[in-house]
Amino acid sequence: MSVRVSTDSFDPGAETNAFLAAGNGAGAAVTFTGVVRSKPDDPITALTLECYPELAINQLTAIVEQANARFGLLAATVIHRYGRLGPGEPIVQVMTLSPHRDAAFKGAEFLMDYLKTDAPFWKQETGPNGTHWVEAKEADDAAKARWE
Amino acid sequence: MKVLYFAWLRERLNRGEEEVSPPAEVATVADLIDWLASRDEAFAHAVEKRALIKAAVDARLVKPEASIIGAKTVALFPPMTGG
Repeated sequence: MSVRVSTDSFDPGAETNAFLAAGNGAGAAVTFTGVVRSKPDDPITALTLECYPELAINQLTAIVEQANARFGLLAATVIHRYGRLGPGEPIVQVMTLSPHRDAAFKGAEFLMDYLKTDAPFWKQETGPNGTHWVEAKEADDAAKARWE
Repeated sequence: MKVLYFAWLRERLNRGEEEVSPPAEVATVADLIDWLASRDEAFAHAVEKRALIKAAVDARLVKPEASIIGAKTVALFPPMTGG
C-alpha cells in the first residue's frame, strides 16, 4: 500500500510499470490517471493545487485502507501532486491490484470518488480572464455517496 | 494553539496561520470559529457561510462538534476539490 503527496512531477507509465512489476502475477491491475484539463473554448494556462500534506497523507491512507478492506485488493497506490501544473500534466494516479478485474475497477473508482471530496487539495484555475478557485461539485458528492 | 487556513479562506483572511489562546470555554471546533469571529470582523465575514467551513484537529478530519481541548493544531478550510 502506498500513498504519495508531492510537488514533484511523476511519469504515469513508469509508475504503472513499477506497480505491475511488484504485482507477483495477480490477475488484474487498473490504473487511472487524472490530468489537467484545458477545454478549447475555455482554456486555462495553469492549475494550482494547494495542499495540507499532513492531513492528505492521513486521509489518503484511510481511504486506501477502506478500499482494501471493502474490495479485497492485493495492492493499491495513490499519487497526488500539488503546486502549479500546466495543461496535460498528470495530477493524480490511482492503481489497484486484485485477482479479478471487477475488484480492481471498483476499487480504483472508489478511491477516486473518495479522494475528490475527502482529500485536502484545493484547485485554482488560471486563464485569460484571471484566476479563480474551483468550486466543489455536487456531482462529486453524489459520486461518493453511491458507495455509502 | 496554532490555527491553519487554506485556499480562499486563507486569502480572505490574508494569513495562512496564526497562534491563538482561546479561553477554556472554547471547547469545540464550532466554538473556536465563533470565538475567532467574535474578535475579528473580517473573520466573521469570511466564515459567513458556515456550512462551507471544514476542519481538522491535529491533522484528522473532524466535524464542527469535535473537541479542540489539548489540540496543537486546528485547520479550517473550504470544501476540498482534489483529484
